[in-house]
Amino acid sequence: MPNCESDMTDDIAVLAHPRTKVAQSSATQAVLEVENLTKHFEMHHLGERLFAFEGVTFRLFPGQFLLVTGRNGAGKSTLLRTLYRSYRPKGGHVWLDTAEGRIDLARAADVDIALLRRREIGFVTQFLNPRPRVTAEDIVAEPLRLAGRQKGEAVDEARRWLGEFGVKRELWAAYPSTFSGGEQQKVNLARALILPQRLLMLDEPTASLDVNARHALIRRLSALKEAGIAMVGVFHHRADIADLVDSELDLTTQEVHHVAE
Amino acid sequence: MSATSEILPLDAPRLLTATPVLQMESVSRRFGDVVALEDVSATVYPGEVLGIMGESGSGKSTLLRLMNLEDSPDKGDYRLDIPGAAGNLFDLDRYGRRMLRARHIGIVYQNPHLGLLMRNSSSGNVAERLLIAGERRFSELRARAGDALAASEFPLERMDAPPIELSGGMQQRVQLAKAIALEPVLLLLDEPTTGLDVSVQALVLDTLKRLQRDRAITMVLVSHDLGVIRTMADRVMVMRRGRVVEEGLADQIFQDPQHEYTQALVHAKL
Repeated sequence: MPNCESDMTDDIAVLAHPRTKVAQSSATQAVLEVENLTKHFEMHHLGERLFAFEGVTFRLFPGQFLLVTGRNGAGKSTLLRTLYRSYRPKGGHVWLDTAEGRIDLARAADVDIALLRRREIGFVTQFLNPRPRVTAEDIVAEPLRLAGRQKGEAVDEARRWLGEFGVKRELWAAYPSTFSGGEQQKVNLARALILPQRLLMLDEPTASLDVNARHALIRRLSALKEAGIAMVGVFHHRADIADLVDSELDLTTQEVHHVAE
Repeated sequence: MSATSEILPLDAPRLLTATPVLQMESVSRRFGDVVALEDVSATVYPGEVLGIMGESGSGKSTLLRLMNLEDSPDKGDYRLDIPGAAGNLFDLDRYGRRMLRARHIGIVYQNPHLGLLMRNSSSGNVAERLLIAGERRFSELRARAGDALAASEFPLERMDAPPIELSGGMQQRVQLAKAIALEPVLLLLDEPTTGLDVSVQALVLDTLKRLQRDRAITMVLVSHDLGVIRTMADRVMVMRRGRVVEEGLADQIFQDPQHEYTQALVHAKL
């Protein structure tokens, strides 16, 4: 993220690309351009190759939300993890427009991927990875600390987001490894969304959330979208994000449908 | 099916232009007929944690000892991004190695007896490092040793106790304080939590995480404990029989291992 000093509103402002302008301007550079992306898994102990998907192609512009759909096992989460490079692609290209230029995530060096994950690509999963003896507010503040913010300021911001997602105040200084699944997920969301990234991937983030937290999440995603952040998401309850979706990629048929305004 | 499946090469033009802290090229080391390392290369960038994992006898500790200039390879090149340390560091004589190690490299061994004088005071063990660097004023030695012990979350009221009177977790903290006292460019960790009970292990790992976050210390961590590697490392090198069989981002190594051996290793984790 280029701006780490100011408050959250300013952070968003530096990425601002009004949605209508994006839709109308052919000159706007795509944030993400995926060409013929292919993934399968080699299971050495079985001597088998497990097919995931082949030839996935789509483009995503600033402020656009792509919903990935398909039957169970169609490879929705696998696609997100392959884009994020937790999984190694077997073919194709994943062009990301970054502050330093365009780079193919499918072939970028590991250290570059690590750098881009700190600055440009966010990933929200269904699960928190709690670390021993690290408090909820420290876990949430960590992305800001890694981006160079002072501790006090980062923790204040973390508390604001913990409050926003409905984590009880008495839990802020506790260790999330002891929290319920729902509370852990709120901490996870606060952490994942505290520092806006250029590209955000969402893997079923509403699973196990109560209604209030779900609404807080949708409000946050709306604000990020308005600010020009591009998103690729898998959602079990599509009604949650119906108003945000610009296009849908059906992994069963591999077709992209644009959602009418 | 081959041991490593076909995979896209990571040949995109590089974004990160930072100079690596550590660069090791084509290092081989034999002990008699036993091949300990065969053509091993490693690169570590500023502020990252490189995890090295593999079973016993895979060569990971031999590699760490070479990084600490305690040993010489049969062939290979080793460079650190340190002012005045030009050329292949394996060409340095004993004195040159000792000075470079003392000033720029910190190490924490699994066995505290290797890193500490067990009957000297804990503060004295840390101060020894500062003495090598030329600090002679007693008050400064004591203050700086105290700072390093505090950063390692060692209780200062016990700073004059000899390590032999301390628990295993506390001994590791003294080693850590000694290792970071001179703000090294590289911190080497050889199974730093092996043998500690689980709760103490978590405390030591948490201290290491904090040091890495607050001071951006570059670390190389050797462990056969996959949980430790997964918690700590940004990137991982998997070794087997003296060779690197796979390298990758930590999450990729654990979620989508490519090599047959890495898959077996990861799937064997409880």
